[in-house]
Amino acid sequence: MLSRVAENIYWLARYIERVEDTARLVSVNANLLLDLPRGIAPGWKPLIDISGANELFEEHYKDYGERQVVRFLLGDRRHCGSIISALTAARENCRTIRDIVPREAWEQLNGLFLFASEHLQQGSTKSGRHRYLREMIASVQGLNGLLDGTMLHDQGYEFLRLGRYLERADMTSRIADVRSATLLPEADELRPFDTIQWVSVLKSLTAYQMYRRSEQIRVQRGPVLRFIFHSDSFPRAVRYCMETVRAGLERLPRNESALRTLGRLARSLDAAHLESLSHTELHDFVDELQAGIAQLHQEIATTWFLPLPEPPAAEAD
Amino acid sequence: MSQEIDWAQYASDGFYDELVAAPGEPRAVARTLLADIGALGAEELAARQEAADVSIKEMGISFTVYSEEGGAIDRAWPFDVVPRVIPQREWQRVEAGLKQRVQALNLFINDLYHDQKILADGVLPREVLAKSINFREQCMGVDPPLGIWAHVCGSDLVRDADGTIYVLEDNLRVPSGVSYMLENRLVTKRVLPELFEHYAPLPVDDYPSQLFDTLAALSPRPADYPEVAVLSPGIYNSAYFEHSYLAQQMGAELVEGRDLFVDDDDCCYMRTIDGPARVDVIYRRVDDLFLDPEAFLPDSTLGVPGLMRAWKAGNVALANAPGAGVADDKVVYAFVPEIIRYYLDQDPIIPNVPTYRCMEPDALKYVLEHLHELVVKPANESGGYGMLVGPASTAAEREAFAEAIKKDPRNYIAQPTLKLSTVPTVVKKGIEPRHVDLRPFILSADRQQVTTGGLTRVALRKGSLVVNSSQGGGSKDTWVVSEDLPSEPLASSRDAAERLSQTQD
Repeated sequence: MLSRVAENIYWLARYIERVEDTARLVSVNANLLLDLPRGIAPGWKPLIDISGANELFEEHYKDYGERQVVRFLLGDRRHCGSIISALTAARENCRTIRDIVPREAWEQLNGLFLFASEHLQQGSTKSGRHRYLREMIASVQGLNGLLDGTMLHDQGYEFLRLGRYLERADMTSRIADVRSATLLPEADELRPFDTIQWVSVLKSLTAYQMYRRSEQIRVQRGPVLRFIFHSDSFPRAVRYCMETVRAGLERLPRNESALRTLGRLARSLDAAHLESLSHTELHDFVDELQAGIAQLHQEIATTWFLPLPEPPAAEAD
Repeated sequence: MSQEIDWAQYASDGFYDELVAAPGEPRAVARTLLADIGALGAEELAARQEAADVSIKEMGISFTVYSEEGGAIDRAWPFDVVPRVIPQREWQRVEAGLKQRVQALNLFINDLYHDQKILADGVLPREVLAKSINFREQCMGVDPPLGIWAHVCGSDLVRDADGTIYVLEDNLRVPSGVSYMLENRLVTKRVLPELFEHYAPLPVDDYPSQLFDTLAALSPRPADYPEVAVLSPGIYNSAYFEHSYLAQQMGAELVEGRDLFVDDDDCCYMRTIDGPARVDVIYRRVDDLFLDPEAFLPDSTLGVPGLMRAWKAGNVALANAPGAGVADDKVVYAFVPEIIRYYLDQDPIIPNVPTYRCMEPDALKYVLEHLHELVVKPANESGGYGMLVGPASTAAEREAFAEAIKKDPRNYIAQPTLKLSTVPTVVKKGIEPRHVDLRPFILSADRQQVTTGGLTRVALRKGSLVVNSSQGGGSKDTWVVSEDLPSEPLASSRDAAERLSQTQD
């Protein structure tokens, strides 16, 4: 398989996953804010913190108001993590590998892109947003189903899974980090709202129901962190993602160095006693985890993808 | 039941119609076809046309155009459901003529890059070569496999009012359109299956395997299964659909320049997830000048640094060979009859359109005096750019062209305005004649093969002679059929046709 094709499949999967995760995040935040009293609500800034694009955001917007943040995350083409940018990139990646991807999948993605562009206005309004985002999430789920169910499960498919699960692990850890950091002070009278925030963490990941089934205790910080980082049966948990990535890596040639990097990452994940970490320690842990994910991505790129173009030679006078 | 189509009302005034000899009088080869289409009636035919349009959209048959926003968009391929029919006996002659032509052109190109005997013998004026913009110094002395330079040639044929078929031009660089020829047949089978009950047009779908065999024959490692790649400039190229289509059909890799590299051993490799994989043959759909920044344009990023080195060393075959475009020059075209006589000692089977070479004083004088009735073409423009169409021109345009021609007569040829033949075509209200041309594709390697018919391009606008898809042109399925049609179809041939359509869908 051509390196470029592998790379395109990988990014296709990452961008699609980014679309879904971003849509979830916006949707859940909107619901969360409805449940919190005005004075203590964290507002919309945490979403930009999660995306890590604060600088770009502040360059173009005056404040972290709802309209601005939602516009930035849904439809701002200047932001490469916005839904519209991710869809555009996914579509371009898909177009070049139309012989690898089943035709229906291409059509589904194309349709999703058209829907997202044509209804962007509606998606930016309070009343239209819910439908818009729900459609987005359902379409991505449908697309993933099509790919899983109809594509050859060969090396190309492994790259699809690598992209999807690395992006997902990255996003899950970001959500936990930011939500955790902005949590309310540990004052007793705020306890009910504290729970609501952790519920929103779970809901961002559609993990609430599965958490209840699996943990069978009320929602609180320690078990939630354990669930979304350490579960090996919840498909959006970081460990589950890592195990899937490992399975994919094992089926690829020349995988030694990527597997080593993943091994280190998995060991540090397993070693973390999440429940006993303070906010700061948790934040440091997530930082380290993300650095590890970035390093794994780098390892994958170096091993299998096209080398970056060499910088143009200096003009000879 | 919709109204039958009355062929007595169909008139292609003054033009040769491929299917209808005179109002109400079908050509022998099209008699049954016109009866079948007539019986369908205008409404039903319009419905089938709509079904075809839907089908094309669903099948994703598209060509790329540039949108105003700067991105590239895919457009559905315009298609007309009424097939163009060519009698097999006529086609055999055309086929022989095309093979003869391309054989001579290959000998000619090879000669230009070696001894240049044709110049020494004074058959082709030295001036023509001296001013050729597609002649590549870098190719001098190179011996491509089998001595062939133009492996895939698309020659445009037109039929004039008296029924004579002429070659209008030869495309020896990166001719495109063959994928649409293949898809047109599939669409016709889907939307007008009943036409195949009375006709068994010769199949067209062996082209991809013929192309693969042609390319494989060039492999520098004949003992091994050859690694063939299709080199595309990428998704923004207008023919990207065709590049990916042909790669898929041949089971070859579709690559871009950055997927390839030439190593110190002068071999060309693909970058794969298993590491470098050697490539034997590249069907390149990238123009010469973008092939290799080391040899041609240093700023180009479409190509592969060192590719010419690998090609000259004989470690990778390129189709078409770099430099083959030297025979694409319209002035060279004007010499093709002489080229055929010189290399093959034969008379040309298919004539050229009568052509005035402005570099010759008598011709120049005649052209300048008759600009208002001639079509003047610069030597190296493609896609109909930079032309003067005399009858449609203004005095100022003719004045400007006269100046340009006098300044550089070598760069211009002139031809009488052709009366392109017509084929019945579906329009809003029934059926009307529309002008067509034909682009067959000729493959050359260890042997020569010509597509069955080719791509018929049709000017969908009334009276228009412009067949380019980007300018409102469309296409038709093209049938080469035996004239000895049985009055009732043989059971076996019908079964065969059905089997064929089943396996192809």
